[in-house]
Amino acid sequence: MSENSNKNQSADQDRREFLKALATVPVLGLFLVNLWQKLSRDKLKRANLLSDLVQEKKAPVVISGLSDSKHLNIGIIGYGGRGSHLVRGAGFATKGWTDATYENSKNNKLDKAFATFMSQEDLNCSLVGVCDLFDVRANQAIDASQNEVRPGGKPKKGAVRYRHYKELLANMNIDAVIVATPDHWHSRITIDAAKAGKHVYCEKGLTRTFDEALNVYDTVKRTGITLQLGHQNRQVEANEKAKQIIDQGLLGPINLIELTTNRNSPWGAWVWTIHPDGNSKTIDWDTFQEPSPNKIPFGEEALRRFFRWRCWYDYGTGLSGDLFSHDFDAMNQIMDLGIPKYASSSGGIYFYKDGRDVPDVWHATLEYPEKDLTLLYSATLSSNDSRGNRIMGHDASMILGGQSNVGSVGGFIVTADQESTQYRERLESGVINTKYPIYTYSPGSKQIDGVTSATSQYFANKGLLYTYREGKRVDPSHLHVKDWLDSIRGGTQPKCNIEVAFQEAVTCAMATESYLTGRRVEWDPKNRRLI
Amino acid sequence: MTDQKHILTPGIVVNNLQFYGLVALRVLIGWHILYEGIAKLINPYWSSAAYLLDSKWIFSGWAESIVSDPTLLTISDYVNMWGLTLVGLCLVLGLYSRHAAIGGMVFILLYYLFAPPLLGLEYSRPGEGSYLIVNKNLIEACALFVLYTFPTSHLIGLDRLLSKPASK
Repeated sequence: MSENSNKNQSADQDRREFLKALATVPVLGLFLVNLWQKLSRDKLKRANLLSDLVQEKKAPVVISGLSDSKHLNIGIIGYGGRGSHLVRGAGFATKGWTDATYENSKNNKLDKAFATFMSQEDLNCSLVGVCDLFDVRANQAIDASQNEVRPGGKPKKGAVRYRHYKELLANMNIDAVIVATPDHWHSRITIDAAKAGKHVYCEKGLTRTFDEALNVYDTVKRTGITLQLGHQNRQVEANEKAKQIIDQGLLGPINLIELTTNRNSPWGAWVWTIHPDGNSKTIDWDTFQEPSPNKIPFGEEALRRFFRWRCWYDYGTGLSGDLFSHDFDAMNQIMDLGIPKYASSSGGIYFYKDGRDVPDVWHATLEYPEKDLTLLYSATLSSNDSRGNRIMGHDASMILGGQSNVGSVGGFIVTADQESTQYRERLESGVINTKYPIYTYSPGSKQIDGVTSATSQYFANKGLLYTYREGKRVDPSHLHVKDWLDSIRGGTQPKCNIEVAFQEAVTCAMATESYLTGRRVEWDPKNRRLI
Repeated sequence: MTDQKHILTPGIVVNNLQFYGLVALRVLIGWHILYEGIAKLINPYWSSAAYLLDSKWIFSGWAESIVSDPTLLTISDYVNMWGLTLVGLCLVLGLYSRHAAIGGMVFILLYYLFAPPLLGLEYSRPGEGSYLIVNKNLIEACALFVLYTFPTSHLIGLDRLLSKPASK
């Protein structure tokens, strides 16, 4: 009996012991039940958001393989800011640049410029010809062609300098040329290069005038060369994603697009450094101004114009060809806009009263009656109040760029409209809330960029400095040069081919023409003329 | 019942109210840390980078090194996600609770030290309260230290099964 009682007591004690050990397990159960409830609620919510509607297509992975097929010899005409960047995209940087960026990466671990350059694919090409009217830059290009610090190792051969671009084009060993001169030279060089059978990568804007655009288009079509226009946004992952969303009709009918540019620094307003070594002996000024409508003798004013050419209509088209062209082309990429029916523009020189004749505050309105669409562009060079680009649909709006609040570079957000028809039920049931985005795209959000200067940040927000492929950071200029070289080898059309390049050139020319004449400009597609 | 004494360590004996207060503190902190870990595990976009990038004070250089190295950043992400989940689970269940308390304290103290609300330090991430030197991280880390010094899991928790004979 007492043995039994002892046994019972012991069993009872064991049970109590066990219960005390497991006393908090129900708390874990409660936790898991609540977690499960939260997860199912989140899942339901997500199912009602755009993220599930969007086909999760990734941007095209960089296709390797074509680079091996044929070695290409390239020439550079115009080795300035953009020219040197494009040549780097092809795999050639000056020793000064590789040394400085290597040093920067050591001092600032977040600065990835050197690593990004060195991890570029070797495009299997040589920089063999250089033409620049300023000795210092021509020598820098030669230096770049010989620098052994490059993706793919030692360069095959160094470049030869040509005083005039026609001499460079006469070199039968050169397959393709990058044209990164000021805009007033684009059409002449592109046409002559095409006639010489060279493929052309031409910086934007394609041409300075409408007539030049027609000539370039006809010559490129006739000769069959591969032309790539320098809108590297064509390689930006975010634009591909935005296109998918819009193609699926998730924004509903779109009647208004607003594109903006905000910059607020002398550099951003093209007040670029006048090189201390720039003088009548080192600069071929007469050749430089040969195609420009107005000529001036060499002197201080000429030096200003040589180094800050974007400030004058003699050499470029100001905001139109420099920055509007980028935003327009990105929108043309996303929405296949084509050339507008009408364009009007206005603005003025309101801040930089430094002798320039292009406006520093400038706006353009493009009308597409057949698409029931207006596109507004608004730019200022005296405020950094970044407004982003907006595509306004009846059901939802998309904001691209300038969205530091979501921590993205070149990403976008989509927010539903309170009066949306497509999302009415979800809005009424509260599953969709107009206060929060229904879709956020922030590429490389798990990666960090050390983009520091304000202008770099401007480009980065527009996705022009870096884009992402499979989460890996790449320079879109490199991808754009690669796309061009691959198209030459494969006999295909590059992403910013002559057709879309022509649309860009005509659209920008219409807007520029409207500003200069103070009237609305109409495009007559049948007769290919401006009215 | 009210007079029942609980022996936490050979030198610490507490009454019922004190004891269950400590158990509640352990379970509640465990719950919080467990969910912090699981929320990171189930969010495919979570990364410790944003927090580290905003780091100020003595550890900012270390934070920068972690962020700039993809391998270190990935390790940091995994350590945070799984570390917090494990610590939280152990505190709730009362399993290896003293180790878990120390582990949790180290985690949370690091969060404090990477971004302490000291005078003159400005953060770009919006805070969820108003703090001057002392914030909730510091308090939670301190509470975990209290849990370490006043262990309860050998009485209520799975540790009881591991440290059985003592109570008999």
